[in-house]
Amino acid sequence: MTEPLLRVEDLRVTFELKRAGDMPWTQPRLLHAVSGVNFELFPGETLGIVGESGCGKSTLARALIQMVPGTGKAIWQGKTDLLELSRREMLKYRADIQMVFQDPLASLNPRMTVGQIIAEPLKTHKPDLSGEEVKTRVKKMMDRVGLLPNQINRYPHEFSGGQCQRIGIARALIVEPKLLICDEPVSALDVSIQAQVINLLAELQRDLGLAMIFIAHDLSVVKHISDRVMVLYLGREMEMATSRDLYSDPQHPYTQALLSAVPIPDPVAERAKVMIPLDGDLPSPLAPPSGCVFRTRCPRAEARCAEKVPEFTHGAHGVACHFPGPLIGAKKAVERA
Amino acid sequence: MALLEVRDLGVSFATPDGTVNAVNGVNFTLEKGETLGIVGESGSGKSQLSFAIMGLLAKNGTATGSVKFSGKEILNAPPHVINPIRANQIAMVFQDPMTSLNPYMRVADQMAEVLTHHKGMGKAEAVAESIRMLDAVKIPDAKGRVGLYPHEFSGGMRQRVMIAMSLLCRPELLIADEPTTALDVTVQAQIMALLSELQRDFGMATILITHDLGVVAGFCEDVLVLYGGQVMEQSPVDPLFTTPAHPYSRGLLRAIPRVDQEGEELDSIPGSPPNMTQAQTGCPFAPRCDFAREDCLDHLAPLAQFAPDRWRACNRTLEELA
Amino acid sequence: MVIDSIGMKSLGDRFAAEEVKGRSLWADARRRFFRNKAAVAGLITLITITLLALFGDALTTWTNEELDFNVMGQIAQLGGPSLENGHYFGTDDLGRDLFSRTLQGTRISLMVGILGAAVAVIVGTLYGAVSGYIGGRTDQIMMRIVDILLAIPFMFVIILLLVMFGRSIVMLFIGIGLLSWLNMARIVRGQTLSLKHREYVEAAQATGVSTFTIILRHIVPNLLGIVAVYATLLVPEMILTESFISFLGLGVQEPLTSLGALISEGAKTIYYGTLWQLCFPLLFFVLTLFAFFFVGDGLRDALDPKDR
Repeated sequence: MTEPLLRVEDLRVTFELKRAGDMPWTQPRLLHAVSGVNFELFPGETLGIVGESGCGKSTLARALIQMVPGTGKAIWQGKTDLLELSRREMLKYRADIQMVFQDPLASLNPRMTVGQIIAEPLKTHKPDLSGEEVKTRVKKMMDRVGLLPNQINRYPHEFSGGQCQRIGIARALIVEPKLLICDEPVSALDVSIQAQVINLLAELQRDLGLAMIFIAHDLSVVKHISDRVMVLYLGREMEMATSRDLYSDPQHPYTQALLSAVPIPDPVAERAKVMIPLDGDLPSPLAPPSGCVFRTRCPRAEARCAEKVPEFTHGAHGVACHFPGPLIGAKKAVERA
Repeated sequence: MALLEVRDLGVSFATPDGTVNAVNGVNFTLEKGETLGIVGESGSGKSQLSFAIMGLLAKNGTATGSVKFSGKEILNAPPHVINPIRANQIAMVFQDPMTSLNPYMRVADQMAEVLTHHKGMGKAEAVAESIRMLDAVKIPDAKGRVGLYPHEFSGGMRQRVMIAMSLLCRPELLIADEPTTALDVTVQAQIMALLSELQRDFGMATILITHDLGVVAGFCEDVLVLYGGQVMEQSPVDPLFTTPAHPYSRGLLRAIPRVDQEGEELDSIPGSPPNMTQAQTGCPFAPRCDFAREDCLDHLAPLAQFAPDRWRACNRTLEELA
Repeated sequence: MVIDSIGMKSLGDRFAAEEVKGRSLWADARRRFFRNKAAVAGLITLITITLLALFGDALTTWTNEELDFNVMGQIAQLGGPSLENGHYFGTDDLGRDLFSRTLQGTRISLMVGILGAAVAVIVGTLYGAVSGYIGGRTDQIMMRIVDILLAIPFMFVIILLLVMFGRSIVMLFIGIGLLSWLNMARIVRGQTLSLKHREYVEAAQATGVSTFTIILRHIVPNLLGIVAVYATLLVPEMILTESFISFLGLGVQEPLTSLGALISEGAKTIYYGTLWQLCFPLLFFVLTLFAFFFVGDGLRDALDPKDR
């Protein structure tokens, strides 16, 4: 087995909404955005992270690059713990881990030309490159992501959404990172453009041997691009397996419900689909349910789920559930309906 | 008589950079209780189409053609004609419920206001009816929550409130403009299930405007595929998905990753959607179309029927596309 | 795929292709600005006034210090505007040429206004951007300092300064400079707070760009729109402040003058029937202010087209 590029152990991100001791009587109000997430990421692999809004998927990614403070371990290439590094020490690793953002236009500074935008990481990490060399590299990268290199002096607002996302990808790849974190890279794009960007990312990843963390709420997109997929709910890992296993044989009732909710662009399949309705709303992350956080909406919940936090079973197909198993809940739901 | 009859509807906007034709020559008929999906990407004109029907176009917009609601012309109609229809017979649900709810008013007051104003109900009666309607959209503990402010509801619940509110006057036509785009999949599934149920129970005709072909597949009977302000294909839902007859609808279906199938490389459509602020001739899809030839750049064949209930606008014949 | 055949060209061709020039947001704004008639009229007025103030002296044979002994003592009868004796705007009650005095006054007023605005733009923008971007305790302290300075009745301080250190133009500049940047710093800070959570700032942070570079490269250029608008509105405010001080008699010292001082004089002598002494300086004053306001409004519309 090869050395993992990144090994994350018990990653937690807690936001202090109200500090303890501001006044003698104030209790701290803590928001556990991510609670005890573990995973390994191998070179050249894509890990998909799915979950609904507020599940902590973006926070998790930002904690890895110290954009939000996290605790636990994030071991880079078996040696360095990224979470322990000081700001200055972290700088060295920032070139290795780059990020692609959700809103293609908002992630580009409107006052800078495309050339300046793409060159920024290069100028930050390789300040001794000559201007000529920077320009050549930027043009090469633009060509690589499917932009015309002669557009180098244009401004972001002169490009369409899909092209802006290509600019964002070029900016991320210009410093030859080892890991690319994509935070909802296609959810703001039109359907016909999504496919272009997904294909581009997949192709670049293959060619450059990148590892990728692909965060999205769209399960079909994640399935398409990921080798392995992690399902998050209220900051906790619910299930993690290879893409094929997770989608064909989901074990966790939440994953099953999530999958059943995805609309299928095929009227026949869509009508035949068994829906597992989830009751109620997402609980507040400020006061998560005791035991298993999903129990308040789970069709399989029993007394035990409220008492004990289900252990995440490690292995090829990990689940955090007291009653994992294939779709039995679905039958119940059908009978009820 | 059809409930809604749209003939040759066009929408254009006067901008400082010239006239923008957002929608061109749209025709459709909607009977009582039918569901029509209008699918399109950004800039396809799908939202402007619904605004034109409701008479809600921005100040610089002009609508041409004809829109008849129960036989009565409502396009560009004076306020005394359109207002009662807009209040009682056509309702709209938008993408972001927060923008259509007044944040400083309790839900009960907002809903009751609609009823006291349009139906002349007493306050107590109106609140009781509002609670019944909130029950109908499956808001748990409707009685207890009717007194809350909009921000105290979650996104999904807020959209339910919005739907309940639009149903208060028992409209005959509901126009839902991207009702679930801002919501999570599980909530989206709940809302779409609710809409189908209500649509059945109330016998409303519904126009669903969306970019999501999956949602259309599960909800609509007929579909209108818009691109660059032009109708590309108009068809009942099943044949559209099994045998799409326009290069655009075909490309779109192939470009979507599917959760229920093993994926290979996606067939993406190259290029970008047209920039509507630039004047264009010919087929708006031509620059991105695999089958385009020179003639596609200067004219587009009018929408023509090629099978029962199915229309397409394409210069290439079906055989050429095979 | 008719049009996209560009994509088929060879790699070499694509690299050799002439670089297309971009159309920046500034260029867009400039186009919108020049379409706004009121703003362009304001700009032309402003340029004319500035040119007059700078080079207008060449048009007259009189300087602002010379006394015209021919009209002295009979100002009301002989000192009126006339082309014959070269006093286009007439003379003041000492027989000095009002035209050259008005030009000289405009010069001082514009200088005060522009200097005040310049201090505001430089100090206020940097101060506000740093405070807003760094946030936390630094922000707290920096903004409290601004609050404290704002709480001091500035007019009183300026008057005190002028009385203590004597009336001098330098003192006046210092007083106005001290005051002008405070509101700018607050406005800029507020804007920075919303800018710093933009994704492009986050992208720069993620890639490790240093804080100072982020402020200069990503925050400040995106603030310049609002800063430019506020600065054009600040200029007249500064001119008004100076006028008020001069009106009180604490402004610039004779023989130098400013528009405020001239208006004050004109108002005092209106009793003797020398209406021109009030009218001409007032005309320049009003024209300048209006021009600045129109330009400021035009800039706002041009830089933020969504608000229309």
